Amino acid sequence: MRRNYHLFILLFPVVFWLVCFFLLPLVSVFIYSFIERGTYGGVRWHFTWENYQRLFDGLYLGILWRSVSTASVCTAVCLLLGYPFAYYLARYKPKHRNVLLLLVVVPFWTNFLIRTYAWILILRTEGLLNNLLGAVLPNWGPLELLNTPLAVQIGLVYGYLPFMILPLYAALEQLDVSLLEAAQDLGAPPRRAFWHITVPLSLPGILAGSMLVFIPTVGAFLTPDLLGGGKVSYIGNVIDRQFKTARDWPFGSALSFMLMGIVLVGTVLYFRALQENEGQP
Amino acid sequence: MKRALEANIGLVYLFLYTPIFAVVVFSFNSGEQISVWEGFTFGWYARLFEDAALWRACRNSLMVAGVATVIATVIGTAAALAIERHRFRFRTALVRVLYLPIIIPDIVLAIALLTFYVQVRIPLGLMTVIIAHGVFNIAYVTIVVRARLQGYDNTLEEAARDLGANEWQTFWRITLPLIAPGIIGGALLAFTLSIDDFVITFFTAGVGYTTLSVHIYSLLKFGITPKINAISTMLLANSIVFILLFLWFQGGATSSQKQDF
Repeated sequence: MRRNYHLFILLFPVVFWLVCFFLLPLVSVFIYSFIERGTYGGVRWHFTWENYQRLFDGLYLGILWRSVSTASVCTAVCLLLGYPFAYYLARYKPKHRNVLLLLVVVPFWTNFLIRTYAWILILRTEGLLNNLLGAVLPNWGPLELLNTPLAVQIGLVYGYLPFMILPLYAALEQLDVSLLEAAQDLGAPPRRAFWHITVPLSLPGILAGSMLVFIPTVGAFLTPDLLGGGKVSYIGNVIDRQFKTARDWPFGSALSFMLMGIVLVGTVLYFRALQENEGQP
Repeated sequence: MKRALEANIGLVYLFLYTPIFAVVVFSFNSGEQISVWEGFTFGWYARLFEDAALWRACRNSLMVAGVATVIATVIGTAAALAIERHRFRFRTALVRVLYLPIIIPDIVLAIALLTFYVQVRIPLGLMTVIIAHGVFNIAYVTIVVRARLQGYDNTLEEAARDLGANEWQTFWRITLPLIAPGIIGGALLAFTLSIDDFVITFFTAGVGYTTLSVHIYSLLKFGITPKINAISTMLLANSIVFILLFLWFQGGATSSQKQDF
């Protein structure tokens, strides 16, 4: 009985907070996604499927596709840069390893707005990159780099690369080196040992890193807003617009729900892949 | 092969640090352009001190982060203790729901809270931001404290109880000091995330309740001046102090643990 009383004291605040300020808000946005938009920006309490039907409009499917493909490219680039990085780091002298790893995390602790702004400084027409190239190459005409999909892509990779490196490092650092030695003794060339031992054993790290990069980038709002300059729309920006300028809250709610759906499907797939991987001998 | 790996390492560090370095260097630039070097000055820093709106935003940020961190640390620690030390019916369900605010995109959480506040007629202000930050901060504190609880064995607690300590005494004298580094680490993490948060604050703050992140955002959207470089550098310095504090507490945690056992 006493033990139950303790448990109640420990659990009540967290359950209260989650129910009131997380689950009820999710219910609220769900309800909003099924009502009509009012004439003057408010809402009319009238049931409709229309908000979800609009999602299948070519325009919004295109935006959705752009968000998903941008997030996929971002994940792939992070993996290509991060894997060799983590691989090298995991085999580095243990003494300096932690310092090198810390240096990856430092930028991640700085304000996201500042990190994104730094790329405005570099990429704008009078920015550092154009100035540098202009100083080196005599006939350099400044490139319009800011407010392009490329700028958004660079900003996203910059923002989320540490999320890829850390789980990869954790997986590669635990790798049993004796397995690689055994492969070598049995005559496997290094390339074969890499693809047949290192990669499969670091798969949990690859999966975790990919999920940690893909999920926040697919719903990214700030990076496309600042580096894309509102010229290229991603799902996060469209949601923002429904709430801040277009004042179509029901449609914005439907978009949010779809975005959450994509992310949850991704999460479930991740856990399933992880379980399958563990199931293998 | 080794060369290629080393080149990749260099490239990644260059990629990570060039933008930050550029911001710091250009915060001392005397020109009116943000990215054209003209001469050295401390002028932009001096101007920061005269900027009343900036300081108001700072105060709001500190207030939101401070209150949200205290709330999240207490609730998150309690949740971690319940999850690690007790078996109850909805334990798995609780863990899943608890981590969901971290998994779903920021903008979805922000929109959900906004529609909720409007529907139940809670006026937007700083309180609504604090509540929102509580949601994700509780999750992060719980993760960090749970990791700490998993890391040590509870024989010390059993010994204390065998020696006649009651449950409160055991908690205050044994459990709390042992998990304190985890609690402090979780609190520091929550505070940093709260200060840094933009998206959730942007949607849940009332008009006129500007935090530092929202202030910086409006500067970026409606007229970039070199002052932004100086603000960025100050924030950067702050973050570095916080990382060092975090590491110091976490590092202290492992070394004291080694001494104890």
